[in-house]
Amino acid sequence: MNSKAVKLAMQNCQLFYGDFQALRDVSIQVPCNQITSIIGPSGCGKSTFLRTFNRMNDLIPGVLVEGEVFLDGQGVFDMDVVELRRRVGMVFQRPNPFPKSIFDNVAYGPRSHGVRDRTQLAHIVERSLRDAALWDEVKDCLDRSALAFSGGQQQRLCIARALAVEPDVILMDEPASALDPVATLRIEELIQKLKEKYTIVIVTHNMQQAARASDYTAFFMMAEDRAGYLVEYGLTREIFTNPRHKQTEDYITGRFG
Amino acid sequence: MSKEKVTVHPRVSFGLEAHRADRKALALREQANIACRHLSQKVAFGLLWLTGLVAVAVLVLVVAYVVLQGWKVVRVDFPDFLLTPPRGGLSAEGGISTTIVTTFYLVLLTIGIATPLGVGAAVYLVEYAGEMRGRSGLISRLVGVVRFGVELLAGVPSIIFGLFGYALFVSAMHLGFSLLSAALAGACLVLPVIIRASEEALCAVPRCYREGSLALGTTQWQTVWKVVLPAALPGIITGIVLSVGRVVSETAVFYVTLGGSHHLPTSLFSGGRTMALHLYYLAMDTRAFDKAMGTGAVLVVTIVLINLAINSVSRRLTAGLKGG
Repeated sequence: MNSKAVKLAMQNCQLFYGDFQALRDVSIQVPCNQITSIIGPSGCGKSTFLRTFNRMNDLIPGVLVEGEVFLDGQGVFDMDVVELRRRVGMVFQRPNPFPKSIFDNVAYGPRSHGVRDRTQLAHIVERSLRDAALWDEVKDCLDRSALAFSGGQQQRLCIARALAVEPDVILMDEPASALDPVATLRIEELIQKLKEKYTIVIVTHNMQQAARASDYTAFFMMAEDRAGYLVEYGLTREIFTNPRHKQTEDYITGRFG
Repeated sequence: MSKEKVTVHPRVSFGLEAHRADRKALALREQANIACRHLSQKVAFGLLWLTGLVAVAVLVLVVAYVVLQGWKVVRVDFPDFLLTPPRGGLSAEGGISTTIVTTFYLVLLTIGIATPLGVGAAVYLVEYAGEMRGRSGLISRLVGVVRFGVELLAGVPSIIFGLFGYALFVSAMHLGFSLLSAALAGACLVLPVIIRASEEALCAVPRCYREGSLALGTTQWQTVWKVVLPAALPGIITGIVLSVGRVVSETAVFYVTLGGSHHLPTSLFSGGRTMALHLYYLAMDTRAFDKAMGTGAVLVVTIVLINLAINSVSRRLTAGLKGG
């Protein structure tokens, strides 16, 4: 792991929602241009962990983060949150396209960042949709409302929308959990392709998905007070073939959760 | 052997009989139960249907009566009734042309003042102050006061707004009996309507739209302006439609702020007379109930037309946003 450049890092991170501790003493280093999957039982803080990197947790009243979180060695709490979120994109559990046309959905990000030129916007939209493997399906109906498409297409549109602002990292919060198996497989193939250009962190409930689609795996558990902590983190094939902790083994063999 | 097989012990056979009887009774009871439930459903639906019918019938009767009675009056000198100004004074002579125009002026002006204020206040309450909910401190307490104030304003009788408008705009600010005074007082009247409708519309915008936008690195203002407000537009327009109806039909507020001149207003500072106000004058001062009925018919038709127009605009605005 040390041979690869570190993209995202967390150092002794504690996160509180009011009095409730959601993350306890998490330290992790996420390598560049790799797929890192986050697994663990429900309520163990996977999504909270993911949302710490782009500070989406800031939107929740009463949240408090202790410890350090880094993007490219720079502390995310020292960065401008708008710039941070441009560099760290996010795809949500449920497809959430805006009630606008396909084109306007993808162009929304670049427009917000000041791109006005029409040909340049068209170029960005095409490139993003191609990268998200959606271009061939929608190139003739870019003016149609995004809500008219299937869940799988909407989710790929949301990926295209995230790609359009040229982020370094894409955080995915169970991106396929609301999709059927065929759409899920397409998203997984897409993620494999995306790792050439982007660093990807993906939360998943699906152990097979983590095993077949990721390079690194982090396993989270919750303590008795329901605070989430990192049990084990390493190469996916090692986690799944030769876990060091009994808890990890119990979880991946299905004896727990 | 076979004989032994068929002979059944008398007590057992008795038990079987009893069991069969039991089951029969049970089935009968179940049938009765189902019939009873179907019946109660029929009765309930019948009653609901009746209440719906009564509600619609009352509405249709009122509108039809006013329009039909009014049409008799309007028909006498059509279209002059709509195209000539009232003579004024205590004579009920003349038409209602200037009151129609004044009504439109006042609606445009009032809505023009109230909409930005109301929508802005709602955006503040939901998008900005919403985050303060649950936190202690001055702002969250102020927001609570504002929200309570809006609820309260919605229940205040309109004549209070009229007196307030008279005291502040007409006399203290020296605006006189004028379109501007009336529009400002009218804006106070419809502000709670617009704020509450907009607040509800903004709250109904899914959280995931906001998160999706913010996660792309947009500012909160960009998110509100480009994503949240367009999604809330149909609800906001509903609030505006309600306000338009309120202004068109209001008399008390304008009775003490608009003056009552039957001439066409020439500037923001000239007084005037809306259709509803004219109707009030006709009925109370001149006892010309036939003319009042005619004006009422025009008023009702105007309100219906305005509603239809705004609804079709809003449908066209939102048609592109929905799937299909």
